Amino acid sequence: MSEKLLEIKNLKTSFRIKDDYYAAVDDVTLTLNKNEVLGIVGESGSGKSALAFSVMGLHNRAKIEGNILFKDQDIANISPAKLNKLRGDDMAMIFQDPLTALNPLMIVGDQISETLLLHKKNMSQKQRKDRVISLLDQVGIPYPEHVYNQFPHELSGGMRQRVIIAIAIANQPELLIADEPTTALDVTIQAQILDLIKDLKDDMNTGIILITHDLGVVAEMADRVAVMYAGQIVEIADVHTLFENPLHPYTRSLLNSVPNTQEGQDKLHVIQGIVPSLSKLPREGCRFAARMPWIDESVHEENPVLHEIKPGHFVRCTCHKHFYFPDESKEDSNHGVS
Amino acid sequence: MGFLEVEDLKVYFPIKGGLFNRTLGNIKAVDGVSFSIEQGKTYGLVGESGSGKTTTGRAIIGLNDITSGKVLFEGKDLTSKKSKTASVRKDIQMIFQDPYSSLNPKKRVLDIVAEPIRNFEKLSKQEEKKRVQELLEMVGLSPESILKYPHEFSGGQRQRIGVARAIALKPKLIIADEPVSALDVSVQAQVLNFMQDIQKELNLTYLFISHDLGVVKHMCDEIGIMYKGRYVEQGTKQDIFENPQHIYTKRLVAAIPDIDPRHRAEQKQFREDVQREYEQSYNDYFDSEGLAYGLQSVSDTHLVALPEKG
Repeated sequence: MSEKLLEIKNLKTSFRIKDDYYAAVDDVTLTLNKNEVLGIVGESGSGKSALAFSVMGLHNRAKIEGNILFKDQDIANISPAKLNKLRGDDMAMIFQDPLTALNPLMIVGDQISETLLLHKKNMSQKQRKDRVISLLDQVGIPYPEHVYNQFPHELSGGMRQRVIIAIAIANQPELLIADEPTTALDVTIQAQILDLIKDLKDDMNTGIILITHDLGVVAEMADRVAVMYAGQIVEIADVHTLFENPLHPYTRSLLNSVPNTQEGQDKLHVIQGIVPSLSKLPREGCRFAARMPWIDESVHEENPVLHEIKPGHFVRCTCHKHFYFPDESKEDSNHGVS
Repeated sequence: MGFLEVEDLKVYFPIKGGLFNRTLGNIKAVDGVSFSIEQGKTYGLVGESGSGKTTTGRAIIGLNDITSGKVLFEGKDLTSKKSKTASVRKDIQMIFQDPYSSLNPKKRVLDIVAEPIRNFEKLSKQEEKKRVQELLEMVGLSPESILKYPHEFSGGQRQRIGVARAIALKPKLIIADEPVSALDVSVQAQVLNFMQDIQKELNLTYLFISHDLGVVKHMCDEIGIMYKGRYVEQGTKQDIFENPQHIYTKRLVAAIPDIDPRHRAEQKQFREDVQREYEQSYNDYFDSEGLAYGLQSVSDTHLVALPEKG
């Protein structure tokens, strides 16, 4: 039984460059249910972090249009005071870089108590300290009483990331946004942190938005996946469909450019060109068209929209029906897509 | 005689302190590493942060002082006096990890790529310009870019400028220290393909340092796994991925996220099994200081750090 937690409708986040506004997140619509992990994948510059920051209200000078419904309350344009009541309490974020997200001059324990202090006003000092220590224990930090009094520089990267997770889950949020939570970590620690996030989800029934550029992480963690390119969602589907039957040319190109740990290809697929910068982005037509010049231009829609191919599987533009990789023939590319 | 042979390499960093800033102890960044690479092959050096893989690479090229041990390149000992080895140095080049900080932002591409040429060859301005343009064409950048500055390029293009600089003197060995870890997957693919192409073209040998086992599996013929300055396992790609013997290697292999969501349950099971084995048999694989034992051979190509029997 899935219950809707977050609903984003036609979200457009624009930044000002000189005198014009440019949309970094352009008309994004998606939903997140309770106890669900939604993966958002894309390269740098695709707008995935801008999307997360919009939900958390962390953009300073951006223009935000559209609706962000969190438990049926529109948080896109509410007052900072109201937003502050939600942030850190009902919704929380895990930041990418454990080296810069913590205050170097504050002991770990105080940094975690801060969020309790703000949202659980009737807790005594003793209760707070106990809660922090149990949180440190919950995220798998050995000797929590000792770590409580340590400064961030005394901890390793993996331990710091756990502290950041402890801060995020301190008030048992219903919505957790994890922005590249393991990118700065070694693989064995990455595996531990991902397992930790998964366990927390099952324990607390949290809805998680997992932002990453690592397709392997998405394949292991997510229930549904949204692929972003140049500010738009180009494909969204449940994780099995997305990896077994990807349709959008960008999704297929991304999957083909990953060095596979199974045996396989000699040559990796290279996506031609570069992600266009915000001010040079074509605002009309298929945004990925410029990166597959071997495909006839007539196959794109004039104003590409998301089409529902199968229930829950959306793909932008019609060009996927005609897409093939340059080194394969046209015939064997259309694998059963009608 | 091997192409590159590293014998019992040790690099220690002194810990200074106390009265008169005496040396109080040593950090053993690289603690007795031996391996050899054949010409034209790619050797992968894998480990987590702090394992000493980068220090090993830097010691070979001469960026870190060697405490003891030997580095033999085509039979010549690189650890002897620097002046004697100057001519050898141009045969070994390095590609750095971060394409944003490894190019001088104040220099034009021409000066960046020509710098090694100016160090070793005397060319006229015209010849030098022609050579740099050829190199840029080789790495897939337009020859007109010689007058541009690094900030005008994307990450992938910058990394290719770094590659152009590395191949400028037609080296025989390239030490690539995490050459793609700062790049997006699609750009990563571009750089990896390109490195393979020029390897065939110029008969290059790579020492490929990385923490990403997926990339290492794609690129390398032989692999060495490092942990806390020592080798825990060495072997061919098949040895390491299909038949890992050391518990640390197994943990690394188990930790790679599988790109097929259908394997999710098996992968989790596998990871838990390895974790259990790690906890139970830690003392069988590491000595009282938590370091790896010496290497024992289990087959012709495969070496594993295990305690000596008997």
